[in-house]
Amino acid sequence: MNLFGYAQQFFDAPGRWSGADGIPNRLLEHTQYSALALLIAMLIALPVGLITGHTGRGGNVLAVLATAARALPSFGLLVLLTLLMGLGMTPVMVPLVALAVPPILVTTYEAMRSVDPSLVDAAQGMGLPRWRVLCQVELPVALPLILSGIRSGAIQIVATATIAAYVSFGGLGRYIVDGLSQVDYAKVVGGAVLVAALALATLGVFWLLGRVLVSPGVRRGR
Amino acid sequence: MSFFDQFFQVPSDLQNTWWGLVGWQLQLTLLPVLCGTLIALPIALLCRRFGWIYPPVLGVATVFYAIPSLAFFVFLIDVYGESDITVEIPLTVYSLVVLVPAIVDGMRSVSEDVRAAATAMGFGTLRRYFQVELPIAVPALIAGLRVATVSGVSLVSVGMLIGNEGALGNLLSDALNYHRPLLAWDAVLSIAVIGVLLDVLLVLARTLLTPWARKATAK
Repeated sequence: MNLFGYAQQFFDAPGRWSGADGIPNRLLEHTQYSALALLIAMLIALPVGLITGHTGRGGNVLAVLATAARALPSFGLLVLLTLLMGLGMTPVMVPLVALAVPPILVTTYEAMRSVDPSLVDAAQGMGLPRWRVLCQVELPVALPLILSGIRSGAIQIVATATIAAYVSFGGLGRYIVDGLSQVDYAKVVGGAVLVAALALATLGVFWLLGRVLVSPGVRRGR
Repeated sequence: MSFFDQFFQVPSDLQNTWWGLVGWQLQLTLLPVLCGTLIALPIALLCRRFGWIYPPVLGVATVFYAIPSLAFFVFLIDVYGESDITVEIPLTVYSLVVLVPAIVDGMRSVSEDVRAAATAMGFGTLRRYFQVELPIAVPALIAGLRVATVSGVSLVSVGMLIGNEGALGNLLSDALNYHRPLLAWDAVLSIAVIGVLLDVLLVLARTLLTPWARKATAK
């Protein structure tokens, strides 16, 4: 049987579309874990990136921190924290947040640095206070790049939130982890298809966000 | 047994030594990055030569990067079984996705004057690519290699889920099953240290390959 056959067998199975182990519920759980992790990562990375980028200080420190965070294996962190703290949501959230902070932080910093200094100059010359320069000039111009950083963080979180299932939680990883231990390859493939689809949907959401949030003037200029 | 011995003592069910796992980890990480680089160079050349194919290539790359590693592994089990190749192919694709834009953007930063000078000296497209544009793109290429390598090292451990194909990551299943946190520390620290060391090596390589950058900062 080929991959499509396995996937079809998974999606046609009875009870697949309802109940706690049904696709709608697992999809909801997966989205909830991912959204929470992304929110925490943004709360940490965005202010730090905006301020360091605005002042132009601390770029090297950020680069070192980002490399260090990237080198930490998410899956290893999950197992280690679960062993140290017991089953819980914190051991799931820490690796997911650690995964998304580096891309958001580094791109936000780079985006703020790449804003044309003459724009900032002009705004200051017009007498705008510093916070308005930041919010009304630098932020809108840097937004497309910042969004791309958040997007790659979000996609990595969605892709990696499958590991929550390895420590007893739900989400789409449930199908993959259960399928592997039950030697039910159709289930594994079905779970993988769903995760990939959700990641691609995330890509689509960010494309839409870019259309809505980025000012038309900035978009034309790119 | 001292703490030090325990740290490097791999449980017998993994049928490997600590150094064996490290070697395996390096192989699973570096082989894909190497293959990715070899494939990325001609693709980047094509994108540079025919500018119109770059946006669609970038689109396809973004979609490939969105495929979760675990899902990618699972799809390949069907073809290659639970083997090294199953882990190496997705990692090759990921490094390709990071490297192609890095090289193209790096080459785009080569100024028009330099390209014109090379052409005027009688350089053909290929010679200009290898002797002028590629060396100038080295810092961007290395930046791409750093991301691909460091994230590759930590992605390998996910291979544990598909039948113990995760090198040092295999320590994690034993850590959880036998409740031995030390094994989890071992996996996390070893993987992080390998990642940081590889990163340092790449930075050193960049310094060696771009002597002109050092001269510029020394002035």
